[in-house]
Amino acid sequence: MKILVTIKRVVDYNVRVRVKPDGSGVETEGVKMSINPFDEIALEEALRIKERGEADEVIVASIGGSEVQQQLRTGLAMGADRAIHVETDQPVQPLTAARTLLKLVEKEAPGIVFLGKQAIDDDCNQTGQMLAALWGRPQATFASRVELADGKATVTREVDAGLEVNEVDLPAVMTSDLRLNEPRFVKLPDIMKAKRKPLETIALADLGVEPAADLVATAYEPPPRRGGGKMVESVAELVGELKNKGLL
Amino acid sequence: MAKVLIIGEHDGQNLNPATAKTVQGASGLGIDAVDLVLFGADLDAVAAQAGALAGVQRVLTVTHDDFSHPLAARIAPEIAAMADDYSHILTGSTTLGKDLLPRAAALIGVNQVSDIMEVIDERTFKRPIYAGNAIVTVQVPEGGPVVGTIRTASFAAVGEGGSAETVAVDPRAEDPGHTRFVRVEGGGGDGPDLASADVVVSGGRALGSSDNFAVIYSLARKMGAAVGASRAAVDAGYVPNELQVGQTGKIIAPDLYFAIGISGAIQHLTGIKDAGTIVAINKDAEAPIFEIADFGLVGDLFEIVPELEKAL
Repeated sequence: MKILVTIKRVVDYNVRVRVKPDGSGVETEGVKMSINPFDEIALEEALRIKERGEADEVIVASIGGSEVQQQLRTGLAMGADRAIHVETDQPVQPLTAARTLLKLVEKEAPGIVFLGKQAIDDDCNQTGQMLAALWGRPQATFASRVELADGKATVTREVDAGLEVNEVDLPAVMTSDLRLNEPRFVKLPDIMKAKRKPLETIALADLGVEPAADLVATAYEPPPRRGGGKMVESVAELVGELKNKGLL
Repeated sequence: MAKVLIIGEHDGQNLNPATAKTVQGASGLGIDAVDLVLFGADLDAVAAQAGALAGVQRVLTVTHDDFSHPLAARIAPEIAAMADDYSHILTGSTTLGKDLLPRAAALIGVNQVSDIMEVIDERTFKRPIYAGNAIVTVQVPEGGPVVGTIRTASFAAVGEGGSAETVAVDPRAEDPGHTRFVRVEGGGGDGPDLASADVVVSGGRALGSSDNFAVIYSLARKMGAAVGASRAAVDAGYVPNELQVGQTGKIIAPDLYFAIGISGAIQHLTGIKDAGTIVAINKDAEAPIFEIADFGLVGDLFEIVPELEKAL
């Protein structure tokens, strides 16, 4: 069984993102870029499944400019067997991304497509579900535990009510939540080894993807700030203030 | 014609408060025709609650045993089959909404607007990106319905007083047979639901242990509040994950929020930005939580919290 893992290049989660003064976007110039953390968790899970002997090959794929090859190489250094770079210089929104991934799925016939539940830049949380819809296969989103047996997966999902367990037939789409695992650190010899692993580049235009109508971003702004409040000296004063506001 | 379809969420007995907030969000569209669709095995009780929401014209009930637990793979094709009749298809940005609606959007052939926090006009919306560190205004192109999730923390629940008619609708799709509900664990508890509680008492890493969290539970019980926690407290294993408040947990908007022994990491603040009044109790006077709290009290939480409980 093959597992296809998608990787998005995003602003590193430690960077404090700022909106440009003219409201035309957010500052991405010169900031550190990384694999979307949820995708890293998805890749880690795929690697563990392979290490348990339940998959034969882990493929990482990314859509974007030549710079996404950095993140694909990191994925190879983590342990993926090969990488596919779908090249485009245009930003890709979820539906077009899902249609593109479907083309890769048709080509590779994976048993599992593993995605992060959302990218930490646009926070859309859509692509996995959309791919599952277009593929006509199950989706197990927000996964915190995955067990495979007999061509099925039992997936524990993080939902508002707690943990929901679903059983899905393979092939299926899964999306990772934060507590699925802790991704491994990449060691230097693995980085060297990753340079020799296959990385195939395909032009998005050559895949025959019908582009979806994109949402148009017209303005960016910083979030409204909460003003600082008042320091109180005692519990009695706090209770008094809350009573004044009619909260107690 | 402009017409809104809202997908209602429920547990078989009660309508999820997210649905009333979604109706409120939809009211900003200035469209009168609002249908609310419910999928379930037995919908009598929730259909009555949905019909009472102000602004809902019709409640569509799709009753089938397949819907005893909501599965995106089963319900999304039903929504796609109804899409031609509507200009807007909305649901709450709950884990169910996030799971379900993109699947329907893909079948309809449109991108989704996730986490709508403000309605500008019928096709223009504000939504948070980069964990709430930026807000983007997006326009939905013509050529299909607006499909979007409503960020429930941004809208109050709509009131009652409506008298919608209930219309039974037959399922139009088949069970794909590849996805099965097994069970749901956790939740339970006797307090109010964290996502919709008016008052929330949250504890952080400073509680130090699972046993020490008893002071938080005790204060919450006294106040009729829900219990929450920071990611640090969850990661340390003091409380289960479903209590986590923040960007990676629940985003909430109670009237009154107590942050106790919580330093105020950005990821936590993202989850409480829309709270009415924030009270912070922390022994570190420099903790970032005090920068956004409405009332701050510096001191030992193990002295302050019991004293506060007694004073109420």
